[in-house]
Amino acid sequence: MSYLIEKRTFVLPGDLLAEGDYHAGRNAFKDSNKVYASMIGLSDNVGRNVYVVALKGCYLPRAGDMVIGTVVDMRLGNWSVDINAPYEAILFTNEVLDRPFNSRREEMTGILDVGDLILAKVLSFDRTRGPALTLRESGLGKIVHGSIVRMTPTKIPRLIGRKGSMINMLTRELGCHITIGQNGVILVSGKNPKMEALTLQILHLIEAEAHTSGLTDRVTELIKQEKSGEHGEKSSE
Amino acid sequence: MAKKAASEKLIRKGVRTDGRKPTELRNIRIDVGPLERADGSAYIEWGKNKILVAVYGPREVHPRHLARPDRAFFRCRYHMAPFSTAERKRPAPSRREIELSKVTRVALEPAIITELFPRTGIDVFIEVLQSDGGTRCAGITASSIALADAGVPMRDLVVACAAGKIDGQIVLDLNEIEDQDGEADVPVAIMPRTGGISLLQMDGILSPAEFKEALALALDGCKQVYERQKDALKGAYGQADTSMDEEGDSVGGDTHE
Amino acid sequence: MSDAYKIVAKITQKQIVDGLQQNTRLDGRGLLEYRPITTELGLIEKASGSALVSIGKTKILTGVKIETGEPYPDRPDEGVLTVNAELIPLAAPDYEPGPPGEDAIELARVVDRGLRESKAVDLKKLCIVPGKQVFVIFVDLNVLDHRGNLFDASALASVLALMNAEMQAYTVTKGGELKYRDSTVRLPLQNFPVEVTVAKIGDKMVVDTSLEEETVIDAQITIAIGKDDEVCAVQKSLFGTFSQEEIHQALEIAVEKATEIRAKVLRGVGGWLDGSE
Repeated sequence: MSYLIEKRTFVLPGDLLAEGDYHAGRNAFKDSNKVYASMIGLSDNVGRNVYVVALKGCYLPRAGDMVIGTVVDMRLGNWSVDINAPYEAILFTNEVLDRPFNSRREEMTGILDVGDLILAKVLSFDRTRGPALTLRESGLGKIVHGSIVRMTPTKIPRLIGRKGSMINMLTRELGCHITIGQNGVILVSGKNPKMEALTLQILHLIEAEAHTSGLTDRVTELIKQEKSGEHGEKSSE
Repeated sequence: MAKKAASEKLIRKGVRTDGRKPTELRNIRIDVGPLERADGSAYIEWGKNKILVAVYGPREVHPRHLARPDRAFFRCRYHMAPFSTAERKRPAPSRREIELSKVTRVALEPAIITELFPRTGIDVFIEVLQSDGGTRCAGITASSIALADAGVPMRDLVVACAAGKIDGQIVLDLNEIEDQDGEADVPVAIMPRTGGISLLQMDGILSPAEFKEALALALDGCKQVYERQKDALKGAYGQADTSMDEEGDSVGGDTHE
Repeated sequence: MSDAYKIVAKITQKQIVDGLQQNTRLDGRGLLEYRPITTELGLIEKASGSALVSIGKTKILTGVKIETGEPYPDRPDEGVLTVNAELIPLAAPDYEPGPPGEDAIELARVVDRGLRESKAVDLKKLCIVPGKQVFVIFVDLNVLDHRGNLFDASALASVLALMNAEMQAYTVTKGGELKYRDSTVRLPLQNFPVEVTVAKIGDKMVVDTSLEEETVIDAQITIAIGKDDEVCAVQKSLFGTFSQEEIHQALEIAVEKATEIRAKVLRGVGGWLDGSE
């Protein structure tokens, strides 16, 4: 008896996805020889790997992810960082500086203090120990200006788009620097406050409509409208 | 609140005090995600019951010593607001609320894939804003929705419903008067896919045959309530387009490898 | 707030403070503008009165229950009004189950003071047998969702629940026996206080602070204003200070906003304040 659910079917936890020689991928699990959904989402499969694109879910760190987090605690030799995940992340002093560091508290607060916002990369994560972060790459470090937007982590891929198509288009059209944390925290900074505000508006639109089709067109249209309004021309209906 | 007079029946010619037939379920309405700060939430109106549920987690557990090395630590709190009952209830948890917190946890935990989040905590907070019999079943039903809304991975939804005996007859879904003045009440919770029953209680007096009949009726009620749960979640989330998205990468949120 | 960073990043806090210097707020409101206020009344039928108030996304539910009991020894001919507040764990990630802590107790007492000092309920009309039996009014408020400005929302939900409330009509026999009648009556209300919290951020005074704005408040003052613009209760909270002038300013703001809210939100509820008093 073989069964495979049609792609992009809306599923709920416990819904049957496949039966037979299939493998349970993301947000799915196998029970005897059936694969079931474990989250609300849309079914999909790549070959025999059956999985669910979750519509809602927490952020689970993966090595290599860029994340934006907040320093929430400090001990000699490391900081604890909240990266909007079920697990608090850890940042060791030797992952911040290139030089050997003889930690003293005053020196540590000089580098990073509780409450600071950082752009970091996930070094490693497995569920027996919290995610480890690093700042030792160009572009990483303390964030000192810009606007923060929070988005459900499952919608981040939609913000990026296939091969970066959506995010590249936004950066180009809006002239703002958009740094995307895989953990659902986004940093927007631009020289033009109006464009920065428009960028925030666009991000809220994407959050609201991430899983609907035609989103790219609606975003493009909104940008066109707002930009032509910017220059004092009447936008056509 | 006045108890019914001995001569008042709970069911007369097949019609109950609230107009229902013996096997008829009360009206149920479910709202998904009404709260902002919670990770997931649900509001249910089941007859005159009004219950709000919030889910937080998976998140770091406090106090730390509660953290389990191999799974999430799951906690439930069932609580009734002071104005939820006919006589005002003192805010501090009563023994009944403490017991119901426990049986609710026992009903829900088997459905949650807690092994995916070792050392974290998942909290379910149930607040009964108005009660009219069957609050533990309504609470469990709404908690299931709130957990799904929070993106907590589950093997199945959990749905609950009660049946019992009034005036010698086995009936479905007892309201408060029927529960107080009837002969028995049997609340049941089940995970619909596997058919595993995760909550079962009974108070009153039933013959073994009556007990089985009540159990079967309650399970039938559960089936109906399960449809309501699915409708509510579809209504809240089902706007997601099911055609191929021309731009989006199909990589979604990862919680299970 | 020591754990403010859990709610909003430092750079956003700076934006809030800088924005206020330009008289703008993150959500585009004016400094003296409340978020949209919506109310739902009587939703808890088992309660004598109830009100669900949302200010922005902050949600408070208040229920009123009326029972009989003994009067306070020093007020033998007055009914009893008691206000209880719960910051239930549903409302925020850091709320824990347990008995009310100092924040919940302060909230209850500030709401209580506004109702009590304004004599919102004419307690003398709730005496059954002096020294022996009076009506006890329980005002239980539950914070369901915390997105800032709990004081104002809680006070509003509580006064609305009282306006919405109905009790069984009754007579007291010569022998001091309480006999209920079939009809219902409203509570003996005579005032309708509105509490307005004015917060100081830098040197700017704002009303109805959002959750994010609350992380940068220096000090705040909650003022209960009765229907004739009388000041019924005042509570200054948080660790900053006010100058005397600033307090006068806050008072003016409170009177203005209380009048506005009374007209927009309270008028007509339960048949009160519809001009027939």
